[in-house]
Amino acid sequence: MSQIIVENLVKTYRIAERRPGLLGALRGVLHRHYRTIRALNGVSFSIEPGELVGYIGPNGAGKSTTVKVLSGILVPDAGRCQVLGRVPWKDRIEHVRRIGVVFGQRTQLWWDLPVIESFELLRDIYKVSQADYACRRDELIALLDLAPLLDVPVRQLSLGQRMRCDLAASLLHAPQVLFLDEPTIGLDAISKLAVRDFVRRLNQERGVTVILTTHDMDDIEALCTRVLVIGQGTILLDGTLEALRAAVSAERRLIIDLVEERAEITDPDAQVVQRNGHRVHLRFDPQRVPAAALISRITARHAVRDLFVENLPIEEVVARLYQGEEKCAPT
Amino acid sequence: MLDALRLYGRLVSISLRGQMQYRVSFILFCLANLLLTFLQFFAVWVLFERFGHIKGWRLAEVALFYGMAHMAFALAEIIGGGFQYFSFQVRQGNFDQVLLRPRCTVLQIMGQRVQIGRIGRFLQGLSVLLWGAFSLEMIWTWEKIALLVAAVFSGACLFWGFFILLATLCFWTIQFLQIMLILGRSGVEAAQFPLSVYHPWFRRFFTFVIPLACITYYPGLAIFARADPLGSSVYFQWSAPAIGFLFLLLSLQVWKTGVRHYCSTGS
Amino acid sequence: MRAYLSVFSARFCMLLQYRAAVVTDIAAEVFSGLIQVMIFAAFFAASDTPQPMTYAGVVTYVWVRQALLSLIAVTLDGDIHSLVRSGNITYELLRPLDLYTLWYTRSLAQRLAPALLHLVPVFGFAALFFDLGPPPTWAGALAWVASTLCALLLAAAVSCLLSISLLWTISGSGMEFLVIGVISVLSGAVVPLPFFPEWVQPILQALPFRGLVDLPIRLYTGHIPPAEALPVLAHQLGWVAALVLLGRWIFSRGTRRIVIQGG
Repeated sequence: MSQIIVENLVKTYRIAERRPGLLGALRGVLHRHYRTIRALNGVSFSIEPGELVGYIGPNGAGKSTTVKVLSGILVPDAGRCQVLGRVPWKDRIEHVRRIGVVFGQRTQLWWDLPVIESFELLRDIYKVSQADYACRRDELIALLDLAPLLDVPVRQLSLGQRMRCDLAASLLHAPQVLFLDEPTIGLDAISKLAVRDFVRRLNQERGVTVILTTHDMDDIEALCTRVLVIGQGTILLDGTLEALRAAVSAERRLIIDLVEERAEITDPDAQVVQRNGHRVHLRFDPQRVPAAALISRITARHAVRDLFVENLPIEEVVARLYQGEEKCAPT
Repeated sequence: MLDALRLYGRLVSISLRGQMQYRVSFILFCLANLLLTFLQFFAVWVLFERFGHIKGWRLAEVALFYGMAHMAFALAEIIGGGFQYFSFQVRQGNFDQVLLRPRCTVLQIMGQRVQIGRIGRFLQGLSVLLWGAFSLEMIWTWEKIALLVAAVFSGACLFWGFFILLATLCFWTIQFLQIMLILGRSGVEAAQFPLSVYHPWFRRFFTFVIPLACITYYPGLAIFARADPLGSSVYFQWSAPAIGFLFLLLSLQVWKTGVRHYCSTGS
Repeated sequence: MRAYLSVFSARFCMLLQYRAAVVTDIAAEVFSGLIQVMIFAAFFAASDTPQPMTYAGVVTYVWVRQALLSLIAVTLDGDIHSLVRSGNITYELLRPLDLYTLWYTRSLAQRLAPALLHLVPVFGFAALFFDLGPPPTWAGALAWVASTLCALLLAAAVSCLLSISLLWTISGSGMEFLVIGVISVLSGAVVPLPFFPEWVQPILQALPFRGLVDLPIRLYTGHIPPAEALPVLAHQLGWVAALVLLGRWIFSRGTRRIVIQGG
């Protein structure tokens, strides 16, 4: 039995249209025009216990709408949804008790209170026993290195510190499912690594199901084996990262550092994608021309200081998927 | 239920501690609250100085209604303060966080902004009431005191329900701070005068729609042991406070509808 | 300058969007106006002794005030409130605009938009049911309009001052509501100022708040003849200048405090 089942979710929003300018605004007083936006247009997927799934998509694709539906604070217009055997919005209090949600841009902690008091308040709100609370609290403090932050009011914490505290706070009641919405946004490199490490261990050692919504492809590459790509309200792809790459393109990138900045690179099997001074990015299809052959052709014609070959950046992959591009070879 | 009370108590103590941090300004606020709310009684007193009486009611008698109205309002401000600021909360999108916690939304919002300093208005209302009672040489019995307490609590429930209704509007549109100030004040202003002052149309409104009369006027009459110029029965006067509690229950239902609307349209 | 104009028009247009708020606000103004008028009717019925104002004068006073309530009511700026509470005020300080002027302009827009929408319905209601008439002379009407504009500037200045004081009382003690209540009484929004006893009048005259409600309406009714309008305008504008300067000074002190304290 899947832990999370989503079937044909549909959700539309009605937004009042604002006419520009003063005259438009005055007219708007008397007559209102509404625009409907289909945020979710038949979204379906299921998630097994213990999975770590990346949920990616451009802004406005329907990611946060899906998370809101799954967490029970938004009711869809149509479709079925079940999390931990429950319909999220029908049984709000019981449902919310078993999940954890962390928003990257908002905190669930109390602004003026020291961190530890926020934790205690959450213990009371979630009705966690003192023994369980003490045990989990100490463990989370150790894992996330929160000891120096406990007496600091939340409003005085830096973003990285606050995110770690939010993560700990979301786990005090030992939820089986954790929703992370942009958890690494705005964090410095060290904090990002710490957060990623923590999430990975949480998922692998404790078996907590994690749904990670993010724009940061590094997060996805580091953590997720499975990705769900959503675009304009529909699931574009549900599979592994390799499947994602394969679905879009087998193409790879050749990055060359030239000795001469002005040199023009032309090759029948490669296209210049980008030029930054001495550095040139080329794309090619390894099925058409093996990398080695391409490299030897180019180095024969130009003085090359350094080069490397890489996979298509995941951002490109996803962007192409959004645009509905199919497998194509460079012409 | 007990659990909910315990959580409420904890939220209240946190709110209080936050306010008491600024100890000097807290004391100043309490004092200011006490003195400045007297200013409202001054405005009433001024009119009685000029006119002498209003439809047969003297100032000392009006003082009783005034006191009950302000005590009730003060209690509602203290308990339901969070609802007065709700428009700010919804604007900032913080209501989602309330929904993500496994507790009743009303309880959570009640626990925010418990401004105990507003007890100043309560004390002001009480002192005006006591002054009025003293001037009239009233004789207090245990039943009358019980009725007074019931009426004040019932009034607090009424005003609180009122705040809840206004906060519920925020689920539909956001721009409502202005109206809260106007309506809150005119509600108390209306309640501080006896019902017979108003036109029949308004009397019916204040008895059946926003039952302010049931928490000040009718119980007040029973406490005075004065006959109602409008001819209500003593029975009704003694049971009128129940309506305040009913109003609160109705408001809570409307709130639930508001929450449901919020959940189906998103923020 | 253009920046402030666009702030003004943006806020203005935004406020025109909130139709439900317009309807309910008009209803609230009419409702509280009715209550006040009824109370005064009952008072006037009780006694024949001559009063500082006639019943008709009180009725005019109440309805003109209610029609303009959204213009001159002192309120808290919700945006400033949330900025202070969240600490994001530091970001506001980074903008290449003078923050006080920004808030002041916004406050002006905040009042003008609803007032223009409420004016006709409330006046219409009062004219229909209470025989509310126009000012007795053209000069009086002009003086009233000028004074009302000054009242607008004054109300914005007072509101800005109140909102800025939030920089100190971050705990949200509810003091703001209290101060607003007091200002209402002192401006004549609860009881017309002429009714207050003689010994209070000098205090009321010294304070700026009568410029919000009392003075403009007295020009409307002709209680203060148009010839004497200039001292009234001077009183209002003088206080506007004083409060703006005070507000700016307190603001600079407050922001310095924030900068020193950190985010």
